[in-house]
Amino acid sequence: MRTLSINPPAPYGYIGQNVRVSKVNRATVTQSLSVSFTVGLYGTAFGAASIAAGFSLLQTSLLSLLTFSGASQFAIVGVMGAGGSAISGIATASLLGIRNGLYGLRMAPILKVRGVKRVFAAQVTIDESTGVAIGQEDLGTDAMKAGFWLTGFGVYIFWNFFTILGALGAQAMGNPSAWGLDAAVPAAFLGLVWPRLHGKYEKGLAALSLLVAVALSPVISAGLPIIATALLAVALGWKARS
Amino acid sequence: MEGSLVNALWVGVIGTSVFAFALKYLGHSVPEKFLTNPRVLRINALIPIALLSALVGVQTITDKGKWVIDQRLAGVAVAFIALALKAPYFVVVISAAVTSAVLYRI
Repeated sequence: MRTLSINPPAPYGYIGQNVRVSKVNRATVTQSLSVSFTVGLYGTAFGAASIAAGFSLLQTSLLSLLTFSGASQFAIVGVMGAGGSAISGIATASLLGIRNGLYGLRMAPILKVRGVKRVFAAQVTIDESTGVAIGQEDLGTDAMKAGFWLTGFGVYIFWNFFTILGALGAQAMGNPSAWGLDAAVPAAFLGLVWPRLHGKYEKGLAALSLLVAVALSPVISAGLPIIATALLAVALGWKARS
Repeated sequence: MEGSLVNALWVGVIGTSVFAFALKYLGHSVPEKFLTNPRVLRINALIPIALLSALVGVQTITDKGKWVIDQRLAGVAVAFIALALKAPYFVVVISAAVTSAVLYRI
């Protein structure tokens, strides 16, 4: 696939900096591929969770192919699996997807791509591709691009492959509780939020959000308690804090 | 009932996918100066913390709108300990699943 080459966005007015595979820093390639495989592996957990929540194999696969953002995917199946409406599921997933937009903002001036290539770039703009790209900053723009594309497509391939594997596994398992899937999903969320809890402020917000959502659960319909905590985050972030 | 539920799932799948892509594409297409607004950056950092924590709570101790304490809480508690011990993500998820499954079966 052409889009899988190391430096697909090169041709537009981009002379003298052509990067060949052999020239890409080996560390960048190694890091991209190891991140791709490790993260892709968690697609298994998503595939299983999605089936357990009542989504079909096709729907599960389409979520990984089209949505392609782990937290958002877990959110839609988590909310709808718990009986929430499609709208609250989409809202939660989309609120979690805002950060991909900001990653795009960060990556666009580095990638400088248009047309179909921008479509591909947008689709693989996620935590990991952006993270690896920014991690190569000291090695220069070419290494950043290579890290972005390699990790983006790498995760895309592994994530989709392991999604199908997890979904088929869950279909074969039957009762999700008997295999601990009911605890694996919140544990997956916990693992996603953990690295973001840098200080007391973040930990406080996390604890408060958890309590608010649990407290509201018997009162308002499924999905809404989770969205309510986003308002909490907006209110806290709005008030100036250095 | 059955038919409407299946349709709702499809709405969820398509809707989530459309918005997810639109947000990504928008980021690649708007001027970079938006990135410099500190308030936007701050809120953006806090939203995932709030939503993911809320999801942890709701998925661990509620079921169909009711508070329920069961094997899931034990599983997530083990995951918490694993994270505190800096275990890799995979170990975290598996240890939660195994704990919950064992308790469910006994």
